[in-house]
Amino acid sequence: MSFTFIKHDTNIDFIGKRYWVYAVSVLLILIGIISAVWGNGLKMGIDFAGGVIVQVQFQEPVADEALKKGLDIPALPGISTQRFGEGGRDYLLRFSSAENADATHLRTTVMEALTATFPGNTAEIVRLEIVGPKVGADLTNKALSALYYAILLIAVYISGRFEQRWMAGAIMAAALWGGIYVAGLTGLGMGWLVLLALGITMAVCFVLRLNFALGAVVGLIHDVAITVGLLSLMNVEIDLNVMAALMTLVGFSLNDTIIIYDRLRENLRATPDLDMAHLINKSVNQTLSRTILTSGTTLLSTLALYFLGGGVIHDFALTMLIGVVVGTASSIYVSSAILLALGDTDFYVRLVQRKEQYERPGEHGVV
Amino acid sequence: MGLRWRLILASLVFLVSLMYALPSVPVIGPALERVLPSSKINLGLDLKGGIHLTLGVDVAKAVSNSLALAGQDLRRMAQDEKIVVLRPRVVGGTALEFLLPRADNEAKLREILARHFPQLSVGQPQAGEGGQLRYVARFTQAEVKRIEDLALDQALRTIRNRIDQFGVAEPDIRKQAGNRIQVQLPGISDPRRAVQIIGQTAHLEFHLVREDVDPAKAVLPTGVVVLPMLEKDAGHSEGRIAVERDSMLTGEDVADARPAFDNMNKSYVTMSFNARGARIFERVTGESVGRRMAIVLDGKVYSAPVIRERIGGGKASISGSFTTAEAQDLAIVLRAGSLPAPVSVLEERSVGPSLGQEAIDSGVRAALVGAAAVVLFIGIYYGVSGFIANLMLCFTMLIVMAGMGAFGATLTLPGIAGIVLTIGMAVDANVLIYERIREELRLGLTPLAAVRAGFDRAVVSITDANLTSIIVTVILYQFGTGPIRGFAVTLGLGIVASMFTAIFVSRAIFEEWARHCGPKGLSI
Repeated sequence: MSFTFIKHDTNIDFIGKRYWVYAVSVLLILIGIISAVWGNGLKMGIDFAGGVIVQVQFQEPVADEALKKGLDIPALPGISTQRFGEGGRDYLLRFSSAENADATHLRTTVMEALTATFPGNTAEIVRLEIVGPKVGADLTNKALSALYYAILLIAVYISGRFEQRWMAGAIMAAALWGGIYVAGLTGLGMGWLVLLALGITMAVCFVLRLNFALGAVVGLIHDVAITVGLLSLMNVEIDLNVMAALMTLVGFSLNDTIIIYDRLRENLRATPDLDMAHLINKSVNQTLSRTILTSGTTLLSTLALYFLGGGVIHDFALTMLIGVVVGTASSIYVSSAILLALGDTDFYVRLVQRKEQYERPGEHGVV
Repeated sequence: MGLRWRLILASLVFLVSLMYALPSVPVIGPALERVLPSSKINLGLDLKGGIHLTLGVDVAKAVSNSLALAGQDLRRMAQDEKIVVLRPRVVGGTALEFLLPRADNEAKLREILARHFPQLSVGQPQAGEGGQLRYVARFTQAEVKRIEDLALDQALRTIRNRIDQFGVAEPDIRKQAGNRIQVQLPGISDPRRAVQIIGQTAHLEFHLVREDVDPAKAVLPTGVVVLPMLEKDAGHSEGRIAVERDSMLTGEDVADARPAFDNMNKSYVTMSFNARGARIFERVTGESVGRRMAIVLDGKVYSAPVIRERIGGGKASISGSFTTAEAQDLAIVLRAGSLPAPVSVLEERSVGPSLGQEAIDSGVRAALVGAAAVVLFIGIYYGVSGFIANLMLCFTMLIVMAGMGAFGATLTLPGIAGIVLTIGMAVDANVLIYERIREELRLGLTPLAAVRAGFDRAVVSITDANLTSIIVTVILYQFGTGPIRGFAVTLGLGIVASMFTAIFVSRAIFEEWARHCGPKGLSI
């Protein structure tokens, strides 16, 4: 037995409805920005901001209020408590200041406070993480460098692969690298450098008319922006795990984009007389079952992680959950729709008819 | 490549994967220990429980210490040549300042400096009050680098020694960029003690006490310093004591140290000196009978017993208000040598073993449920082809496990997440191929032609799409630390393995099937 969700001749007019999706996207990004700037802000985890997390496990469940009250002592400054996992026995305690945080001292203080508050209920410190400000800054720089190199390599790869313009890709890489090097001399922080890198990439893509690369990079920024915005709205802490999830979702969303791009290139060769909107619609419809299936299975396994994976992996799974949905949508409505806005069919037909040595002859067109 | 060769290669990969994956399976691994390769998937600290430390070595302090020593050497050597050099002192941690009271000795001093201190670059002297000349000297760049490297190496060695004494199975200690040392201690139950032992400098010195100087006085005679003193039997409150600045003997000459109990059943530490240490100790105690000797550890006086007689045999002891554990730990750090520079804990992450087990349990549960859901979904959606896709999924997982085992990769909690995610994403290649085959079948192709066309066309997309994911994975590996690297490894292996099984293995199966299925068509 076998099924189909999507009839093979479905012809949903995705591109026609793009303005609705744009509106939703813009709204989501705005909400994210508002939340990040005026609302909760971006909550950086201790991996990046430095700080202290102590996870304690009680013998018996305790009341939130009693815990908060019991630990609100001068020796433990800036504490916040959070229930962790199921059962009410685990709590995360966070402390604001990591300066001179002495683990030994901290352990003793926390244990003393807990014993005093809950005399009959033994607590145990099951996890303790202290990240000093230096290491936090290091990890932040590493994470941002990772983003920077991801942008660089992906932009180069896509311009080379999809437009047969490795030279243009190389020029862009050189511009990016040079720009960042020069900007680095001014002593700007890594965060600004990455923003700058994004700006340079988009500008160079636009000037060199590397539309496929531009579409992919804008889609990538779109996904990350919305996901991070929603994380800020939900008050989720950005830690190393969330960072890894963000990178994974970049890969996932690019996957999706490239499958559609691939189909689009094929259709450009097969039916070059159709207009661009039709071609994009056709490509998206043809790959729709695949998109739904793959996103579906990824969603299934991410849901398993989200509900069963345990506390530490929870935020990772949440980030991926948002990312899978947003990434799938952006492949259609951002990355593909940009192609429509930036060029006509002729331009792309000329592009794909450049040398085709990388594909086997007779592979295209109706067999 | 012929069909038969494809199948043979696939079986070969299967067998090799099985060989490398099995040792990591809890029940089977130990039973087949003799036949299978010994490499196993390591469990990360977040799964096994343990402690992860990033230590920062204060190399600047090592440089300034060496500078101070060079200053003392210079004074002594100048003395031997009948030149007086006054008050060598370290300024700002990087410069050595000293005075030459008689300007006519300048040439001679130059000669001493050139002969014995090539590592110092000395600036032009400035004339000071009363005809004095003031010199400022710095280490050359190369010397600074050498001292820093040396300090880091020695710190690494010392920490390794201390951990060995502490008795941890499979500790992992390595240098990192920026004068950092990363220490991973799996399965440690008392992180508090571990950190204390690793971080304690334990710079041991013996100084003679100056009873004639009042430690509370603001102005001290030259060559005298005031140190805090831990008072016996009064908890660890601190008094102050004046001692001679130059130490008679340091911990470098300690050959062994052991905890012991006195007749009051109180803990103390006995130590024995090496030959050189024993000789010096005997001489000094002989010369200073009746005086007190301060035993200074990390700048604090632990005890200051009166020297009653010349002490031969090279033995000494440190008493203080130690608990048994403290005495034991002190003995460990004395045995293992002292750290050349202060070491601070920049990052500490400890995970209790019970929490690690919980993490494994929930991770495995999530992986199983996720896999089951995906397998069910694909099986129902694609029929027999779905079954093949599911077989490929199992094969993929086997290769991932084998790859991790063969490379000795570390499985971390995010790594498990990577595996779960791979399960979801691994079917992508199969889905792409199947959707293509369905399309080709709809166009009226025979099953075999549809299979061939479907695979040919899908491969381009699969390669393109997965290459971007691999780029991301490589970057994550390059810039990630600890657990994130584990994630990158499993995700990367998963992508490559899923490409192999979907493109190569399942193609062979499909072609064989399409050849034999006849007019019934494919169940896809």
